[in-house]
Amino acid sequence: MIGIRGGWDDQRIEKIVGNLLRAGVIIAASVVFAGGVFYLIRYGNIHPNFSLFRGEPSDMRSLAGIFHDAFILRPRGIIQFGLLLLIATPVARVAFSAVAFALEKDRLYVVITLIVLAVLLFSLLWARA
Amino acid sequence: MHHLNTTEFTLVIWLGALVAGFLGALTGLGGGIVVTPLLTLAFGVNIRYAMGASLVSVIATSSGAAAAYVKEGISNIRAGMFLEIATTTGAVVGAGIALKLPTGVIAIVFGVVLLYSAIQSTRIHPELTPDDREPDRISALLRMDSTYPAIDGLKSYRVHSVPAGFGVMFGAGILSGLLGIGSGALKVVAMDQVMRLPFKVSTTTSNFMIGVTAAASAGVYLRQGYVDPGLAMPVMLGVLLGALLGARILPKTRSKVLRVVFAIAVTVLAIEMIYHGISGRL
Repeated sequence: MIGIRGGWDDQRIEKIVGNLLRAGVIIAASVVFAGGVFYLIRYGNIHPNFSLFRGEPSDMRSLAGIFHDAFILRPRGIIQFGLLLLIATPVARVAFSAVAFALEKDRLYVVITLIVLAVLLFSLLWARA
Repeated sequence: MHHLNTTEFTLVIWLGALVAGFLGALTGLGGGIVVTPLLTLAFGVNIRYAMGASLVSVIATSSGAAAAYVKEGISNIRAGMFLEIATTTGAVVGAGIALKLPTGVIAIVFGVVLLYSAIQSTRIHPELTPDDREPDRISALLRMDSTYPAIDGLKSYRVHSVPAGFGVMFGAGILSGLLGIGSGALKVVAMDQVMRLPFKVSTTTSNFMIGVTAAASAGVYLRQGYVDPGLAMPVMLGVLLGALLGARILPKTRSKVLRVVFAIAVTVLAIEMIYHGISGRL
């Protein structure tokens, strides 16, 4: 195992990571909740229909579209932005792990972690099936 | 459920997700896996929207629970990170397959996985036998061998069969992307039974991997329009709250009865999913 080097040991890193994840979830859930309140005020009385799959409109599927709709305070945009923050939380965790392994001077695991990060960014930014 | 307006629909879904998250945490099965059958069978939601909403809630519970697990300090972060290469690439592949498959086939596969998870959740895990086998070359190279706190102090363990475990993890990733689940049960099998990590280490490491795996699937789902904010909102908030409540009560309940009852309920859901998938109603 990697020993304590400059105060960076696995245990301390895991503690920071745990707090990071918790903060991410709390922030994401708060944004989703706030968006949800606006959503119900706006659309509360209409009848929802989720039985037919049409796919979301393009502004709910791209990062640029979600940022735009959230910025102009559209209820669905705010919720989707919160969900995006939630998805970003594990991604941030992996990014942080890469930095932590670098501080531990563990090159092998820096590479392994960057591969995982690359797959995550690929799925979020480029993947089109 | 067409007679409900959006406010009523949202509240009912939230309550259902709350119960699912609560029971999922208590039984260790995870709330996400029952949310999709609940949404499709009880509320007539299209399975693709249900998968999108469920997957998002899986990320929430995994990340939310991680803070508690970290305190115990027993997850194997190196093994977890290495295996995430398999689960994330598997997830992207699985999500790609889901886009091509008809909903009936997805429902059938979902039912089969649900059935397997129900059986898996009731099994009793034997105490780990001391591992005195030869060190494994690959796990030594990857520095996966570690220690964990047992009743009689710190115990060291060796990790075995890394390629086989990697393969099972790739399969777990495919299922995650294909069905919008965390596939925690299969991840535990890969580490606990294939790679011979101690059971507690396997479950905590699995939890930390679930969020990362699900994030890989979620990227594809989001871009393909599977994530509807109006549906995912009550599902995510409900499952998260339910799971947090369940985790709080968990240390006080060691009820085997609850596990069995939940496993039976899940079995019924599984059969319904398969039946509706075959009859073309989902």
